[in-house]
Amino acid sequence: MEYAISTRELTRRFGDFTAVDSLTMDIIPGEICGFLGPNGAGKSTAIRMLCGILAPSSGMATVLGYDLLRETEKIKPKIAYMSQKFSLYDDLSVIQNLDFYAGIYSISARHRRKRMQEMLELAQLTGREKDLVANLSSGYKQRLALAAAIIADPELVFLDEPTSGVSPTSRRQFFEIIKTLAEKGTTVIVTTHFMDEAERCDRIAFINQGKLMALDAPDQLKQQFIAGCMVELTPPDPINYLDQLSSLPYVKETSLHGSQIHVLLAHEEYMSQLARDCGHTPEPIEPSLEDVFIHIARLRKEGGVS
Amino acid sequence: MIRVSKVSKRFKVVSAVQKADLHVQKGDIMGLLGPDGAGKTTLLRMICGLITPDEGEILLMGKPLEQLDKYRDELGYMPQRFSLYGDLTVMENIFFFGSMYRLDRSVIKQRADEILDITNLIPFKNRLADQLSGGMKQKLSLTCALITRPSLLILDEPTYGVDPESRKEFWKILYDLNRSGMTLLITTPYMDEAELCTKVAFISEGKIRLVSSPADLKKSFSYPVMQINLKTRRPINLHDLPGILDVSYMGSKVHVIVRDREQGHTEIQNYLLRNRIADATIQEVLPTMEDIFVGLAEGGAERWNMP
Repeated sequence: MEYAISTRELTRRFGDFTAVDSLTMDIIPGEICGFLGPNGAGKSTAIRMLCGILAPSSGMATVLGYDLLRETEKIKPKIAYMSQKFSLYDDLSVIQNLDFYAGIYSISARHRRKRMQEMLELAQLTGREKDLVANLSSGYKQRLALAAAIIADPELVFLDEPTSGVSPTSRRQFFEIIKTLAEKGTTVIVTTHFMDEAERCDRIAFINQGKLMALDAPDQLKQQFIAGCMVELTPPDPINYLDQLSSLPYVKETSLHGSQIHVLLAHEEYMSQLARDCGHTPEPIEPSLEDVFIHIARLRKEGGVS
Repeated sequence: MIRVSKVSKRFKVVSAVQKADLHVQKGDIMGLLGPDGAGKTTLLRMICGLITPDEGEILLMGKPLEQLDKYRDELGYMPQRFSLYGDLTVMENIFFFGSMYRLDRSVIKQRADEILDITNLIPFKNRLADQLSGGMKQKLSLTCALITRPSLLILDEPTYGVDPESRKEFWKILYDLNRSGMTLLITTPYMDEAELCTKVAFISEGKIRLVSSPADLKKSFSYPVMQINLKTRRPINLHDLPGILDVSYMGSKVHVIVRDREQGHTEIQNYLLRNRIADATIQEVLPTMEDIFVGLAEGGAERWNMP
C-alpha cells in the first residue's frame, strides 16, 4: 500500500534544541490520525515540515507519494493546512472569504460557485453567507476556516488545534465534518488537547519531546500502555487529596478527572488496602485516553523511557 | 463579592447580554459556561469595568463599579488571549505589569518571588516570554494578574490551548489560591474543569439560565442517561430512534439521553439486536458535565428539575 505520509528519521533542530527527533511513521490514506502531546512536544513543527513550509534538518519523508524534499511544489496543491489562528478576513463576509480562497487556489469560474455552495453546506453555514466574519462566534469561524482551507478538495488535511476555545457543542459539530471528509477518502491529521476528540480518531500518534512515543488505535493504547490496575475514587475535595494518595507505597500514579481521581495500582490485590487506607471504595475502570496521555507525558519527564 | 443585577449590553443589533443576574459569594469558584457567542466574555468584561453595561447594576465587594478605580488592586483579570510581551523576559513582563498598577519596584520584586513560587516559574525568570510553552505562558499571565494581590480573580478561558497535564497543574494552583481566601470567576470549554468549580452558571443567548453546584446539576437532570458499553468499536446510529434526545460517542462508550427510562432501554436493546451487536451492555449512569452542557445548549433549562 502507498501511505499518505511516510517519514523516516525526520528531524528538525533549532540551534541546539531538537524540536522533532527522528520521527518515523506511516499514515494510512483516509484515516483520521490525532497528534497528541504536551505543549512544546513538536507537533506543530512536525506538521509544518510535512506541509513543506519548514525544511527538515535531516531524515526523509514522502507525502502523497511525493518526496518531501525534492517535490514540495507538487505536494502543496494537494494538501490543506488550518493553523491554530484562523486566517480569515474579519471585514469580509462569509461568502467573500470563500471566494477569496477559491481565487487563491485558482478554482475556475465554472466550478467556483458549485464548490462554494458545497463548502457552505459542509460547514453548516448556509444562511450566514452575507454575515461579516467579525460578527461570527468562534464555532462558526472555525468551520468557515476549515471550509476555506479545503475549498480546493485536498487529499490530505492538516488541522493544528482546530478546536481550541470553542464550546463542546461546536467541537462535536466540527468533528462530524471531519468524519464526513475522511469517509470520502481524505486523510486527516489533527492535533488536539481534547481527549474526547482523540477518542474519535482512527489512530493516535503520541509525541513527546520531539519523539514518537506510540502510534496506535485509541482502544489498543488504553489496553496496552498502562501496566497495573486502574481504579477510580470519588472523595470529597479530590484536588487536595491527590498528594496524600500519591504517597501510598503501592500507588503508581494519580490524576484528577473532574471530581474523580484515577489511581494506578501496582496490582489488583491492592484494591482492598486502598479502600482501608482512604475510606472510599475504589471502582476498577478501563484507563481513559487521558490516563494514557498523562502516563506517557510523565514517563518522559522522569527519563524513564526505554 | 460580585453582584450582577439585570445587566444588559447590546452591540448594534446583537444583544450580547440580556438582563443577567449573577451572584458570586466569597470563597466561590464560579464557572461561567455556555456555547460560543453566548455572552460569557462580554459579561466578564463588564464585571471588570472594561465595557459599560447599557442597563443594570454591578456591585463588586459591595461597591458600585464606578468606584472601581479606588479598589483596582482588589480585582485581578486574566484575559482570554496572551497579552504579554514576547520579547520581554518573565521578570520584565511582571515589572511592566506591576508598574502599571503603580507598585514600587521593590514590592513587585518581593511579590513576584512569592507568586512565581506558587506558579512554579522560578527557574524561568529570565526566559523570554516567546520561548515559554503554552502552559507556561498561561502561568505567566496568571502571575501578572496576581501581582496586586487581588481578593477576586476573573479568568477568561485560562487553559486555552494547554495540554491535559498542564491544565491539572494550573487548576492545582487555582485551588491553592482559593484556599488562601481568593474568590474566582472563570470560563472554560473543558467540562472536567467545570466539574472542579464549586458552582457553575450556564449562560446562553445572553441570559443566565441556571446556577448550581456541579453535583446538584447532575442529580437534577430530568432525563435518564443510558450508557452503552461496546466491546468493539463500530458505527451505531441511534439518532433516529423514538424517544432519544441526544447521543454522544466516547470511543467504546456511547451516552444516550432518553425521554423515558423503560422505553429508551427497550429501543436501544432492539436496535442492538436488529444490528446483531451481541457483546454490548446497557446501564443507566449519572450524566457527565458534557451531557449536561449539551443538554442545556440544545434543550434549555427545561431539562432540569431545579428546586
